[in-house]
Amino acid sequence: MSAPMIEIAGVTKSFGAFPVLKGITASVDKGEVVCLIGPSGSGKSTILRCINGLESYDGGAITIDGARVEHDKPSIIGIRTAMAMVFQRFNLFPHRTALENVVEGPIFVKKEPRAEAMERGRDLLARVGLADKVDAYPGQLSGGQMQRVAIARALAMQPKAILFDEPTSALDPELVGEVLQVMKSLADDGMTMLVVTHEMGFAREVADRVLFLDGGVIVEQGPARDVLGAPSHPRTQDFLRRVLRPI
Amino acid sequence: MQTFLRDATQFLPLLLQGVKFTLIVALGSLALSTVLGLVWALMRVSGIGWLGTIAKVIVNTLRGIPILVQLFYIYFVLPEFGIALTALQAAIIGLGVAYSAYQSENFRAGIEAIDHGQVEAAQSIGMGWGLTMRRVILPQAIRLVLPPYGNIMVMMLKDSSQASTITVAELTLQGTLIASSTFKNMTVYSLVALLYLAMCLPLMGFVSWLERRFGKGTRR
Repeated sequence: MSAPMIEIAGVTKSFGAFPVLKGITASVDKGEVVCLIGPSGSGKSTILRCINGLESYDGGAITIDGARVEHDKPSIIGIRTAMAMVFQRFNLFPHRTALENVVEGPIFVKKEPRAEAMERGRDLLARVGLADKVDAYPGQLSGGQMQRVAIARALAMQPKAILFDEPTSALDPELVGEVLQVMKSLADDGMTMLVVTHEMGFAREVADRVLFLDGGVIVEQGPARDVLGAPSHPRTQDFLRRVLRPI
Repeated sequence: MQTFLRDATQFLPLLLQGVKFTLIVALGSLALSTVLGLVWALMRVSGIGWLGTIAKVIVNTLRGIPILVQLFYIYFVLPEFGIALTALQAAIIGLGVAYSAYQSENFRAGIEAIDHGQVEAAQSIGMGWGLTMRRVILPQAIRLVLPPYGNIMVMMLKDSSQASTITVAELTLQGTLIASSTFKNMTVYSLVALLYLAMCLPLMGFVSWLERRFGKGTRR
């Protein structure tokens, strides 16, 4: 078996005196879909941001396809082009159209020929169901459409894996489905994905594995149906009960 | 009224000479202050401690000394160190450097107003600092800094009159010379005032045009 795509080994991190990650060890294999769940403040987003070098970490090691992630080394640029990220608040460039958002990385970072990048950009927007919004600015799109543009922008980098940081948490409930649908189709195509989410339905249906994080440690992990269907740890049981039956 | 018109036609060619130098000083120092201001601002937001400190010291020093004193310094003091500038050069450099401090604070405000998520999105597709600034942050910051930039442009045009104190024959100095030799103060200074106004209005129009040009894609 080949080495994991994303390997996290004993990673620790503190914000000042407050420890957020207390020794996280996990890995994501090529083509695997892993969902990270857990209460807010448990360190889910932080671990994702560490993987992409948006955040530094204090101890342990994160390696992407064998390359160590160090947020302040020049090598981080190469790692980031191989590891796309989709944000909770989309973070589209508001001064550029949907297509311009998608081709920005290929043209200016990867130096692809413009015509080629544009053509692929249109294909990607069509793939996420936005063929008719190519020339729309983010301000003219709904939240769900913006997040789908953001996914197309991530795909345009032809990444080895995509990190999703609560991709549907900022969406109106009726727009969540269209984004999850796109993510599911990516998973079906074999994309390696690490997804921080509160969408238990998505995790159950799409994830190969689920990690439950609480207080900066991985409390429980395993196949989605085990962790979500028959959690063994009381903290997981408690969390799932509160998420699935809020009142 | 008739005397006014007669005097006006007589004085206008001389005053227009002054307008030429006013425009040269204003546009020259505007260009210089914009470039320098951007340099100071980028140093401030570079995240490199000592670079930011240098920029901060420069900006605060420039802001803390009257423009007139800076002009005198460049024109009268620098020659003692072997740097002799013509009055026109001294005026452009003096005003440009002095105003770069205000430009810098304006640019910095614009840059820092952009949501940090934009930086993260740019980084996440592999952009380095320079590319992030050029492709993502500055194009968005321009829209924010334009209204105060228009203010600065107008102020600079008017403050170019301070160049008269170091013998640049711009509009104010020409006016003063004519007025003191003819004693037609009202005619001369009314014309001078009108000419400044006539230069400022297109400038304001230009800024509005820029605002529309860079406003595309924004929610209204």
